Amino acid sequence: MAKKHNTDRLVEAASGPTWVIILKIMLLAVVTAVSVYAIFMLVLANDYVLASIVAVATLAINYIYLRKGALPAKYLTPGIIFLLIFQVFVVGYSAFIGFTNYSTGHNGTKEMAIDSLLEGQLERIPDSPEFALSVVEKDGVINFLVTQDCPAPVEGVESEPCEPQVFIGNATTPLQPVTNANWLGDKASSLPGYETIKFDQILERQDEILAITVPFTDDPTEGALQTTDGRSAYLYMAKLVYDPVADTMTNTETGVVYTPSATGSFVSESGEELQPGWRTIVGLDNFIKAINEDSIREPFIGVLIWTFVFAFLSMAFTFILGLFLAIMFNDPRMKLRKFYRIIVILPYAFPAFLSALVWAGMFRNDTGDYNGFINQMFFGGASIPWLSDPLLAKVSLLLVNLWLGFPYMFLVTTGALQAIPEELNEAARVDGATPWQIFRRIKFPLLMVSVAPLLISTFAFNFNNFNLIYMLTGGGPADPRAGMNVGSTDILISMVYKIAFDSSVRDYGLASAFTILIFLIVVGISVVSFRRTKMLEDLN
Amino acid sequence: MATITDANGTVLTRPKFNLLRWFGQTGWRHIVGIFFVIFALFPLAYVLSASLNPSGILAGSRLFGEVGLDNYVKLLTNENKPFAMWFMNSMLVGLGTAVGTVFLGALAAYSFSRMRFTGRRTGLLTLVLVQMFPQILAIIAIYSVMQTIGGIFPALGVNSHIGLIMIYLGGALGVNTYLMYGFFNTVPSEIDEAAKIDGAGHARIFFTIILRLVAPILAVIGLLSFIGVTNDFVIASIMLTEPESQTLAVGLFKYVADANFKEWGPFAAGAILAALPVTILFLFLQKYIVGGLTAGSVK
Repeated sequence: MAKKHNTDRLVEAASGPTWVIILKIMLLAVVTAVSVYAIFMLVLANDYVLASIVAVATLAINYIYLRKGALPAKYLTPGIIFLLIFQVFVVGYSAFIGFTNYSTGHNGTKEMAIDSLLEGQLERIPDSPEFALSVVEKDGVINFLVTQDCPAPVEGVESEPCEPQVFIGNATTPLQPVTNANWLGDKASSLPGYETIKFDQILERQDEILAITVPFTDDPTEGALQTTDGRSAYLYMAKLVYDPVADTMTNTETGVVYTPSATGSFVSESGEELQPGWRTIVGLDNFIKAINEDSIREPFIGVLIWTFVFAFLSMAFTFILGLFLAIMFNDPRMKLRKFYRIIVILPYAFPAFLSALVWAGMFRNDTGDYNGFINQMFFGGASIPWLSDPLLAKVSLLLVNLWLGFPYMFLVTTGALQAIPEELNEAARVDGATPWQIFRRIKFPLLMVSVAPLLISTFAFNFNNFNLIYMLTGGGPADPRAGMNVGSTDILISMVYKIAFDSSVRDYGLASAFTILIFLIVVGISVVSFRRTKMLEDLN
Repeated sequence: MATITDANGTVLTRPKFNLLRWFGQTGWRHIVGIFFVIFALFPLAYVLSASLNPSGILAGSRLFGEVGLDNYVKLLTNENKPFAMWFMNSMLVGLGTAVGTVFLGALAAYSFSRMRFTGRRTGLLTLVLVQMFPQILAIIAIYSVMQTIGGIFPALGVNSHIGLIMIYLGGALGVNTYLMYGFFNTVPSEIDEAAKIDGAGHARIFFTIILRLVAPILAVIGLLSFIGVTNDFVIASIMLTEPESQTLAVGLFKYVADANFKEWGPFAAGAILAALPVTILFLFLQKYIVGGLTAGSVK
């Protein structure tokens, strides 16, 4: 024990000249300074949880590098920081999203949803006063310069003396009174520091100007100004009123009361839902939805089966062809072997995402006037729907993946075959074995020992081969019966991507629920296969 | 028939060329070989031919029917799709990630190979298992993380190459470490011991001795991660939204992404230019790559 301690100290003492120590401390100082800045900003943004996580991490880093010993930690920490943030944390966070209703229409907090409901559904107050409007601009932001007239004099009643008032405001700043406006007739027409937008420009920028809502005051329930013609503005009020005590929304017109539901939105008694809702934890809803709803479960099972079939067949076909070519080119009597080898591995050297797109171009026959290269070159101009027929699309995928993958298998099996000692071959021949017996009984089992782990990793790679599917078929042809955007060549990973990003309703919650399932499947496969490969090694 | 006389003066007749026997031994191999040469080459010939076809599409069934550089000119002069910038960005992100991956992976592999500590085996296995999860699937979470980081350090957030490299470095350990670990183990530990006795510290042994001895595997891991990163589409397409900041995979996809307006000509030209350096580098290094890929498993 004491001896070990001594060597440790020796190592520490010898751990570097002064400049190394100075460099180390400078690096640590930079890291700490950056972290302190981040903590400061996070505290300003009221994000105390994240701030404390960063603080703890910073302390841990300093502790690891300033203390003596614990060498492994010093070498592992840099990689593990990135691993923790961009692999472990994001996986955990994805899993968490799987238990929420995060999706289009449910992507903010409840406060954000309430604000947008109050602002979103405005309507003009009947008989509300009219404001004379000049549209002005400052730093690219459009402002409303409005003039509030005196109430019209009523006959018989002596009106109080009154001056028209002028206000300015924009989409984010409520109206504020101003006094230094320039007048044109009885309407404030311009304000120093602002550029008045002329009428012809108003017509040009109509969409932009009509979309502006200027809050009347800080309180959203007091309504907001909108314009329909760029010359006058009217007061609009929210159709909905929020009662913070009862936590309900009431429609002022119909009197219907909406109460918050467990699924993150305001719902009326008759089941009518207000959009947008908010993000909330919905427990196992996404999983139940995936299992119970026929329109989701059936395509999901189809995709699951196809994922396994695709990954397995891709692996099997590339391996068989690669092995065949390796044996064929392994004959020393053959001339030009090097030439063949270089050509045959070219598909592997060419960037894969480009290959998939190139094949998509060769296969397509989507437009009437242009038939794809494959059809013209090999099928006499016949119009074969390579990518738009459900079955043919699968065949095409496997063919392209064979093209992409066989060179790798060829390289790997060639290496493994050449590693098998020639003596085994000779000994077997002396014993009277036929070439087939030699291959089947001796070479092949030896080959499998070194190639099996690579077969498994090929399977796992194809299980998640997003690029090929997305670039070649886009998962299509689409399945019209499915309740979501999924096609007959989609594998799990492309299906998840499409649920989250390529659908009219981006359902991140459901996508993440599927993500968890994929994760479990992949981990299961890897654990089982690691065990099996170890078994193969032990057999040897 | 030429005759050859051997040392003893006996006349040796050269064996007659037997077509059937030649075919049985190696001839059929050439025929099958040529078939697969065609199989391997024709898509590449297609894209080369399409890139040189001025009409933009490969209308006829003849390869190289028309030849011109119009597509290359179009590709390089399109201001909305700055190919040269994409190329630079891909190189930058690819090289940055490759260097980072090699460095982080080597540090970890060194500790796994040379130091003994509790949780070493489990740690290594956990690394490999955790990395089985494809980062693409966590893209929603990754995007939120990057938005948070970008809120504090705009230079690291969305649309930043350094930010993208950081995401890719999340996958730096794992299989890479495993492959390197296997290779590190083949370097005899007597070398370390000798250096230690001569007074070298652990850092010095690592940087000046071990790294040099394992250079081949470092090159392989670097190249593989470079290829992997330049092939990535999903993360890059979500993180890089400005045309000037995009990479080749994201940019070139835009040429053929529009269902109604696909520009195959410039795309093919871009594909050729983008693939050329990687393909050549790969062919030169293929021996080492295969060695590196099988190194972990053969042992």
